[in-house]
Amino acid sequence: MAKSDMLGESLWDAYSNKVTTLMNNPQHQGEIFEADAESRGHKLIVADFGAESCGDAVRLYWEIDPKTDKIVDSKFKSFGCGTAIASSDVMTELCIGKTVQEAVKITNIDVEMALRDDPETPAVPPQKMHCSVMAYDVIKKAAGLYMGVDAESFEEEIIVCECARVSLTTLQEVIKLNDLTTIEQITDYTKAGGFCKSCIRPGGHEQREYYLVDILRDTRKEMDEERMKAAADAGSAASFEDMTLVQQIKAIDAEIDESIRQFLVMDGGDMEVIDVKSSDEYIDVYIRYLGACNGCASSSTGTLYAIESTLKEKLSKKIRVLPI
Amino acid sequence: MQVYLDNNATTMVDPLVVEAMIPFFSEMYGNPNSLHKFGTATHPALSKAIDQVYTALNASDDDDVVFTSCATESNNWVLQSVFTDHIINGDKNHIVTTEVEHPSILSTCKFLEEQGVKVTYLPVNEQGIVEAETVRGFITDKTALVSIMWASNETGMIFPIREIGEICKEKGVLFHSDAVQAVGKIRVDLQATHVDFVSMSAHKFHGPKGIGALYIKDSQALTPLLHGGEHMGGRRSGTLNVPFIVGMGKAIELATENIEITGAKIREKRDRLEDALIELSETFVVGDRWNRTPNTILISIRGVEGEGMLWDLNNGQIGASTGSACASEDLEANTVMLAIGADNELAHTGIRLSLSRFTTDEEIDYTINHFKEAVARLRNISSSFAKQQPTAGGEVQECELHHH
Repeated sequence: MAKSDMLGESLWDAYSNKVTTLMNNPQHQGEIFEADAESRGHKLIVADFGAESCGDAVRLYWEIDPKTDKIVDSKFKSFGCGTAIASSDVMTELCIGKTVQEAVKITNIDVEMALRDDPETPAVPPQKMHCSVMAYDVIKKAAGLYMGVDAESFEEEIIVCECARVSLTTLQEVIKLNDLTTIEQITDYTKAGGFCKSCIRPGGHEQREYYLVDILRDTRKEMDEERMKAAADAGSAASFEDMTLVQQIKAIDAEIDESIRQFLVMDGGDMEVIDVKSSDEYIDVYIRYLGACNGCASSSTGTLYAIESTLKEKLSKKIRVLPI
Repeated sequence: MQVYLDNNATTMVDPLVVEAMIPFFSEMYGNPNSLHKFGTATHPALSKAIDQVYTALNASDDDDVVFTSCATESNNWVLQSVFTDHIINGDKNHIVTTEVEHPSILSTCKFLEEQGVKVTYLPVNEQGIVEAETVRGFITDKTALVSIMWASNETGMIFPIREIGEICKEKGVLFHSDAVQAVGKIRVDLQATHVDFVSMSAHKFHGPKGIGALYIKDSQALTPLLHGGEHMGGRRSGTLNVPFIVGMGKAIELATENIEITGAKIREKRDRLEDALIELSETFVVGDRWNRTPNTILISIRGVEGEGMLWDLNNGQIGASTGSACASEDLEANTVMLAIGADNELAHTGIRLSLSRFTTDEEIDYTINHFKEAVARLRNISSSFAKQQPTAGGEVQECELHHH
């Protein structure tokens, strides 16, 4: 919530010009009849999706040349709001001239993109995205009828967000590649969860098999494990910054044993590493002086400088040594 | 021509009301609570507005009519304060209301349910109203309040408030009515009808937005919702909104002084419009027109989705509304239409047309023509009227979308 939410958006003003033009004048609305298609030696496929009782229904007509599987003509009928009419219209437009096999690859994103005035601005507001999803669904159904298979067989992926049609694989990849940590980021990057919100967490208006909260948690866990595994595999060969905390402490200890401790012991002193804290800018190594070092004037000047520059040189430029 | 047929949403402010309000912005701007003459100069106009409101409602001088910011505030006040006074600090735990109330009642009831209150939501019958005897059956000795709208915003149907009031009186249960759609449209007589609390809002009867009132019978106790200075006898704090109170007084006077005559004129236009629209095949108007506010039509047109129809009407410069699905996020069918037993398809095709005393005969003629054209265009596109049947296996009988 912020200033922009104080006056809700005007639904219709968010439609692209293309949407409003097609709402008022759909180019491919109408019917193709079986007898006419047959007389041209073509096969007619008619598929319904949705129902009046849902508030949205579309009927898709494909006239197909059986020799080439090419959709030579396509029309639609729609019981729906204007965006449903515009989405259906552009869907038929996208189908014409394609083979059935090509048409199956049309997604709701293609339909929505085709309705945009410019590539950067969505054609319809979020709550209208389901209209383009219906176009996607009815195409799958028509293709299934033509090929004599179940429409479900075209679903290669597990769809987590039905509204934006975002698959599980896409979500996992995007989270990993962009190092996403919040649901809001996931919605910004993929649109998943931005519409009906059912897929965000259990308890929405529809029960889902996968929820974004679980996917985010599991993917983050997987990422952490991968990171640790990579560090462990790399062992001492890994760069200091990529090491796990335990590896870093061990490396620091080893370095101290090798090049620092002997000088301290010679003067009757010693030191131990208490903690290591990493931030973007620094790796802070907290140490405690023991024996004669404790209270020695040089322990906060020359000795400290020597320890810090050794660790910086050998391990990481980001190291700061902080005696406590 | 442009035609505004969404008067149940809000109305044009009558120019006479604006005229009455104007002096109280930059001329007589004093705070009525001040001792000096800048403050007291507003008193005659405020007294007049109070008289106008009491007269319009036939409220007794022993009753309180407290000005609020809107009916949403009035509704919240009654529900939340009955909760405080009779549930937290009393031995009651139950509220009776209906499924078709305004969100300011339903959301507040949901909120109170979260606080542990039991709420009964009564369904409406096929006429879109709750019968008085149904209400009687749900009142228990734990019932603190019955809250039932006087008339429906969506259908215009008038509820049997007098009968329900008698039942509540007999049972000793507090009775509240949200009369937002009744005041200014039909006679609301608060001495002839037993109601403890009545909510109203000026912008529904050609007054300004941002001012409403709560009627409280016999000045009975009700913990304030807004605490602060001692305004309006300590019932509702906040500096009196002088110009808007003056405006509400003028507006309620204009809306009620000849309400039977004005109502009959509006009804005549409404009925002419309704008769013309139901000439279209497969249409359906909700509720008996004689038990409806005289300005309202809720019509279903088979095969024509509500928002699509609004779009076409808007293209013709006609403003109407729909309670149906497509524009809302969750694709719910119109709950009122489902409640009256309309099937799901009809519930997605409801269009509400609501007239006012400013609606003209020319506007009605224009609307009839344009409405019929829009229905013809959309039915031509509609899958409901398609002739070619789907390929075997391609049919859909019932809703198979992933919503619900």
